[in-house]
Amino acid sequence: MIDTALATVLDRHRRDGTRLMQILRETQEALGWLSPDTLGDIASAIGWPRVRVESTAGFYSFFHTRPLGQYRVLFSDNITDRMLGSHELMQALCKKLWLEPGRVSEDGLVSVDTTSCTGLCDQGPAALVNYRAISQLTPERIAAMADLIRGKVPLAEWPTEWFHIEDNIRRRDALLDHGLAPGEALTAALARGPQGLLDEIKLSGLRGRGGAGFSTGLKWQSCRDAPGKEHYVVCNADEGEPGTFKDRVLLTTCADLVFEGMTLAGFAVGARKGLLYLRGEYRYLLEPLEAVLARRRQAGLLGNPIAAHGFDIEIHLGAGAYICGEESALIESLEGRPGKPRIRPPFPVTHGYLDQPTTVNNVETLASACLIARHGGAWFKAIGTEKSAGTKLLSVSGDVARPGIYEYPFGVSIAQVLADAGAAGVQAVQISGAAGNCLADDEFDRRIAYEDVPTAGSFMVFDHCRDMFEVASNFVHFFAHESCGFCTPCRVGTAVNRRLMDKLSAGHGSPYDINEMYKMHRLMQGASHCGLGNSSTTALFDMLNKFKPAFERRLHSLEYEPGFDLDSALSQARQMTGRDDAGAHLREDE
Amino acid sequence: MSDTFILDGEEIPFEPGQTLIEAAKAAGKYIPHLCWHPDFVAHGSCKLCTVKVNGRFVSGCTAQAAPGQNVENRTPELDDKRRTLLQLLFVEGNHFCPSCEKSGNCALQATAYELGMLTPHFDHFYPDRPVDASHTDVLLDFNRCIMCELCVRASRDVDGKNVFALSGRGIDSHLIVNSASGRLGDTDFAASDRAAKVCPVGVILKKRVGFAKPIGARDYDARPISQHVKESR
Ligand SMILES: Cc1cc2nc3c(=O)[nH]c(=O)nc-3n(C[C@H](O)[C@H](O)[C@H](O)COP(=O)(O)O)c2cc1C
Ligand code: SF4
Ligand code: SF4
Ligand code: FES
Repeated sequence: MIDTALATVLDRHRRDGTRLMQILRETQEALGWLSPDTLGDIASAIGWPRVRVESTAGFYSFFHTRPLGQYRVLFSDNITDRMLGSHELMQALCKKLWLEPGRVSEDGLVSVDTTSCTGLCDQGPAALVNYRAISQLTPERIAAMADLIRGKVPLAEWPTEWFHIEDNIRRRDALLDHGLAPGEALTAALARGPQGLLDEIKLSGLRGRGGAGFSTGLKWQSCRDAPGKEHYVVCNADEGEPGTFKDRVLLTTCADLVFEGMTLAGFAVGARKGLLYLRGEYRYLLEPLEAVLARRRQAGLLGNPIAAHGFDIEIHLGAGAYICGEESALIESLEGRPGKPRIRPPFPVTHGYLDQPTTVNNVETLASACLIARHGGAWFKAIGTEKSAGTKLLSVSGDVARPGIYEYPFGVSIAQVLADAGAAGVQAVQISGAAGNCLADDEFDRRIAYEDVPTAGSFMVFDHCRDMFEVASNFVHFFAHESCGFCTPCRVGTAVNRRLMDKLSAGHGSPYDINEMYKMHRLMQGASHCGLGNSSTTALFDMLNKFKPAFERRLHSLEYEPGFDLDSALSQARQMTGRDDAGAHLREDE
Repeated sequence: MSDTFILDGEEIPFEPGQTLIEAAKAAGKYIPHLCWHPDFVAHGSCKLCTVKVNGRFVSGCTAQAAPGQNVENRTPELDDKRRTLLQLLFVEGNHFCPSCEKSGNCALQATAYELGMLTPHFDHFYPDRPVDASHTDVLLDFNRCIMCELCVRASRDVDGKNVFALSGRGIDSHLIVNSASGRLGDTDFAASDRAAKVCPVGVILKKRVGFAKPIGARDYDARPISQHVKESR
C-alpha cells in the first residue's frame, strides 16, 4: 500500500518520471527520508526501473536513502564561512549534542555535517537546518540551537530572526535601479515583435552572466531557428559557485524582472514554457517566488495568450549538486536524472530539455534583457566597455568591512571594488569562485570585463593574515565533493588532489607532492568532460605559482622526499601496546 | 569520393556522421579507448581516446570527423596523459591482475601494456566493494569496475532490461543493480544477456568457466590490443 503522503506527491506530479527530482524532494519533506520501499513505490508509480530511481536518489547530497535524524544541520563549508569561524561552531554544536560530524546521534534525533557554499557568504557563518537557511551564526545561537534540538522543538517554532536573510545591496547601477514596473519591458518587447527584440538584444552586445560570456542574442537566435515541437527557456538559478550570491539577491528583490526576462526570452525564441532551476540551498525562496508567479498570472503577465504570448513558468528545485549549474547537467536534472553533463555538441539550443531547442540563461542575463527590451540595444551598449556591455553584479565577501552586492558598469578595477567594500591589507582576490583565477596584489589594477578579468560575480577577498594554503585546500575539497564522477580525470583526479592536500596539511608533504599537483592540473585541464574538471585546478595552479611559500611552509622538508613517515607508521603499534616511551619512537636520522 | 582528415600525418577517409574513432578504426588505426564499443552509443567517460584536433583536446569517440582536421593521436604528450588516466583507473579500484581470472582478456590490462604503463604510480584508494555472488550463473566483482557503463548500455539498449546503473557521485560512484535487495540474483539478469559479455574488465564474470582457457592462451596474450582493433576492421 502506498503511503498517502507519497500518493499525494505522485498525483501532484502526474506520476511523470521527468519530475523525479521534485517527487523525491517533496516525498522526503513529507516522510523524512527515502527508504528502499519508498523508492520502489516511486519507481512503479512513474514506470521507471527502480535502478534509475536509486541512481538519481544516490547522486544528490540533499537526498537521503538512510535516516539522518529528525534534525539535519549542515554547516556551509565555504572558505568565507570558515574564516568567520564555522568550523569551531560546528565542533561546539557537536559537543553539545554529543555526536561526531557526519554521524547520526544514537537516538536518531540529529545529524551534523558540512555542505558546500550555501550562498550566504555576506552574512556567514551560515547553515541549513532541514534545508532551511540560517545566517549569522554565533556561539549564542549555537547554544540555543542545541537546546531547541534536544527539546525537539519544531523548526517552525525556532526564532524567526534566525531565518532572516539580508540583501546587503551596497552599490546600485542600471540593473538594480531599473525602475521598471511589472510588464513594462514585456509591452515594449511585444511592440518590437520577436525578431525586433532579437535584433535589439544582438545590438546591445549582452553576454551571458553565468560565466562563459556567450552572446545572448546569438544563443536566442540559434534556439529560435532550431526546429522542434516545443522550445523552452531555462533560467539557471543554481548559483553554486562558492562565494556568489547575486542571483539570490536578484530573486529576492527583482523577481519580477527575472520572470519577465524569461518571458521575453520565450517571446524571442518561440517558447511557451519556462523553467527556473533553483538551487536546493534556496529552498526558502520557493514560496515567495511562487507568490510572484501567481501575482503575474493574475495580472495577465503569464499564461495570458496575448499579453504574455501564452508563456508560463514553473520552478524546479535542485538538491545539492554544484554540477547542476552546468547547463546540460541542469537539463538532465530537470528530466529527473543524475546531473551528469551531456556530450556536446549537440548543444541545448538545438537539443535541450526533452531533446527540444532550449535556451539556458543565467538569472542576471535574463534580468538585464528587460533593460534592453525597454531602453533599446544602443542604450545598453553605451554602458560598460567595448566588449563588455552593461553592468555586472559582484558578490563581495571575505576580508572586507562591507560585504554584499556591488553593481558596477563593466570596466571597474579590482582596486576600486576593494576600496568601496572597505578592504585593507589585501593579499589576494579570488575571482569568479573556486573555479576562477586568484589575483595577487600586483594585479589589482586589472579590470572586471570579458577582455581582462571575466567573472560570474564571485569576489572573495583575503587579507595578509590569511593562509592561502587553507584557501587552496578548501577549494580542492570542494571539487572532490562536487565532481559528478562521470569522467576519469575529474572523478579520480579531484580525489587524488584532495589526498595530496591532506598530506601536505598533515605535514607529510614533499616537493614531489607539489609536482604531482601540477601534473594533475595539466591532465584535468583539457582532458575533462566538462567545465568543472577543466577549471577545478585553475585556482590551485594560480596559488601554487603566486603563493608558493604558503605551500612550502607545509612541507616536511624542501629537499628530502619521504615515501612515508616511519615514526607515524608506528603510531598504531604504540596505541595497541600502550607504549609511548622513547624506545617506541624512531628518529628521522636513525 | 569521401572526405578526409589527417591522423598522425596520414590521410584518413570518413563518411559523413562518423566519429574520429569510427573512421580511424575503419582505416585500421588504433585510438586507445575503454568505454567505447562499436555496437553501442558513445559514452565519452574514460577519456582514453583523448586526441588533439587542430590543437584542442577532444574525445575521439564523440567528436565528429570533419574535412581537413589535423588530429594528433599517438603522440608522446597524449600517450603520457593516457598512462596517467590508466594509473588513475588502476588505483581507484582494486586490481590484482595476477589473481584475476580476467587477466589476459582484460581491456584495461591490455591497454596498460599497449601504452607501456609500468607502475600504478599513485597511492591506491583501496575502496571497500564487496562482491555479489547471488546469481546462479554470474559473479559481480565490483572491485574492478571502471565506470564505463557498457553493461548499463547493453542491458538497457540491447537486452531491454535495465539491470545496471551507476549511483553515487564523484569518487563514491558505484555500480548498482535493479532489485530491492541490491543483489543480482534478484534481478531478471541472465547469462545469455548481452550485458553479461560486455564488461571490458573483470566485474561481470560467468561462473564455472574462469580458467577454461589458460593464461597464456588468452585474447591479449598473443597479440596486443591495438592489433585486435586493426584486424577487426
Ligand atoms: C561546473 C559549472 C557550474 C556552473 N554553474 C552555473 C551557475 O550556477 N549559474 C549559471 O548561470 N551558470 C553556471 N554555469 C554556466 C552554464 O553552463 C551556462 O553557461 C550558463 O548558465 C549560460 O547562461 P548565460 O549565457 O546567461 O551565462 C556553470 C558551468 C559549469 C561548467
Ligand atoms: S569533468 Fe568532473 S563534473 Fe564534469 S563530467 Fe567529468 S567528472 Fe563530471
Ligand atoms: S561492470 Fe564492467 S561494464 Fe559495467 S561499468 Fe563496470 S567496468 Fe563497465
Ligand atoms: S573511449 Fe572515448 S571517452 Fe572512453
